[in-house]
Amino acid sequence: MLEILTTDFMQRALIAALLVGLVAPMVGIFLVQRRLSLIGDGMGHVALAGVAIGLVTGLEPVLTALAGAVLAAVAIELLRARGRTNADVALGVIFYGGIAAGVVIISKAPEGTPANLVSYLFGSILTTRTSDVWVFLVLALVIMGTLWVLWPRLFAVANDEEYARAVGLPVLPLNIVLAVLTATTVVVAMRVVGLLLISALMIVPNAAGQLLARSFTSGLRWAVAIGLVSAVGGVFVSYPLDTPSGGTIVVLAVLIYIVTAVSMAVVGRLRQRRHEVAESHEHEHGPECGHEAIPHGDHVDYLHDGHRHAAHQGHYDEHGADEYGALSRDDGPTGQDEEVST
Amino acid sequence: MSAAPRSASRADPSPVPVIELRGAAFGYGEHAVVTDVTLPVHRGEIVAVLGPNGSGKSTLMKGILGLNEHLAGTVRLFGEPADELRDRARVGYVPQRHTLSSSIRSTAEEIVATGRLPRLGWLGRPKATDRQVVARALELVGLSDRAATEVATLSGGQQRRVLIARALAGQPDVLVMDEPTAGVDVASQHVLADVLARLVARGVTMLIVTHELGALERLLTRIVVVDGGRVTFDGPPRRFAARRRARDHAHDTHRHDSELAAGDTAAVVPHGPADRSGQAHA
Repeated sequence: MLEILTTDFMQRALIAALLVGLVAPMVGIFLVQRRLSLIGDGMGHVALAGVAIGLVTGLEPVLTALAGAVLAAVAIELLRARGRTNADVALGVIFYGGIAAGVVIISKAPEGTPANLVSYLFGSILTTRTSDVWVFLVLALVIMGTLWVLWPRLFAVANDEEYARAVGLPVLPLNIVLAVLTATTVVVAMRVVGLLLISALMIVPNAAGQLLARSFTSGLRWAVAIGLVSAVGGVFVSYPLDTPSGGTIVVLAVLIYIVTAVSMAVVGRLRQRRHEVAESHEHEHGPECGHEAIPHGDHVDYLHDGHRHAAHQGHYDEHGADEYGALSRDDGPTGQDEEVST
Repeated sequence: MSAAPRSASRADPSPVPVIELRGAAFGYGEHAVVTDVTLPVHRGEIVAVLGPNGSGKSTLMKGILGLNEHLAGTVRLFGEPADELRDRARVGYVPQRHTLSSSIRSTAEEIVATGRLPRLGWLGRPKATDRQVVARALELVGLSDRAATEVATLSGGQQRRVLIARALAGQPDVLVMDEPTAGVDVASQHVLADVLARLVARGVTMLIVTHELGALERLLTRIVVVDGGRVTFDGPPRRFAARRRARDHAHDTHRHDSELAAGDTAAVVPHGPADRSGQAHA
């Protein structure tokens, strides 16, 4: 099995997969947050026109694809910002115009060019050259650097665009940056995952990550971990199985998602059975509610008539009787609920 | 710059109003929804903008925030024309419902931290002091113990307080709130009112857009009524209450009459020959 690692094209494919698995979920989390999950797919379509132009003119296809996708990204954000109701249709025109032009132009590519349409659309580990790996490395570093600096702002805009605008954050420039990062990710993923499947690697690891996470940062960490496992694992498996790398990577990611969803459902069912809901009361426990606060693991319990209440979704859970003072506390804080109406 | 003395006792006599609208009109596209609004808000005032749904009060608020088209008149914030104000975070916006994206999980603290961003410039990263401001904002709204809780699992009232904390993290000079009590149950409304009272005590200026006064009434220093896209009342709560009493009087009299009638019949019945309870009354 380890001889895979000594094969040149496998080494290149694994490095490319590593970069894609790392970067795609990082960019994808903001797309999912903005409910623009499928925009990466559209940019992949336009990148194909860029690849075609590269093949016909003899320029580097990776760079012409980058140019095409970035131009499309900026155009899309400007269209969205103008808030036209038919922006949706305009996106359709750009996306399908891109893929159609790509197919037509590639058919005119000179003889002898590696104009294998399928390898661009679905990825092929054999097509990744050393020069590509260097380009991907630089692009991936640019993406990660930009995200490291801007992620709190991208989060703010994706989370609540109206608020971001009201407090004067540069909403349009940030949205354009995100679109350009998406376009760049599409190009990085072009060889290994393929232009038609790259969107999956931005979305599926995040879908699985959201099942496990309780915060934005943990969601991001889970998604990157799942993205890495799918991308690197997919390339590994595709070699002995002799399957296209892109499809294999995405099938693996979807399997991880399904396994995660099923296990979380089972765990949730088990927890449901174990957890005990406290009597309902209108009173809201808080730092100044008058009930004694007791730190309990990652949360705070409030001592309510001798038993512990912990906030859980819309209600309070019973976290057991207070083992220290439940019985001795005969002067307990009964009747505190009336404080609500003050 | 008109420096009309305000009747509200808390108002600072400073001649530069925090918000100053003069003959302002706002709307969407070419269509004006609110017109001819003249409204100075001074430091320390707690102003409720009241009006039924569709009256134009939300359009007025979004106009002040620069979120829709400013079609006529002038809008000045802190003495500067609103479109020239660079530091927009001085106006702390608390939106109506949680307009927050729910497709990605995030904690209360993560949301509140976004309110600090306008204070960090274009590329700055939060420092220890910024994290302290965020922690203090959560503490002020009574949610320190829920900082790491996922926002979507909080109650409606708690989510509203997260949004207030987010605005506070920007250390604003005025809070502009859209329907802070809508969809919040009565108990949580009182918690919310206590939070706002704490801010009032710290001298925060507030503009609260609402269709019902509810638990917030005790905090107000001034009430502005918007109806049909125009300001129809502007004055202290006492005058508003007097006006409301005068208007309700007709209804009260009517109800009073029917109660009296009911009382009369009830009084008649016990006076039969076998009645003993009447003696106790007599």
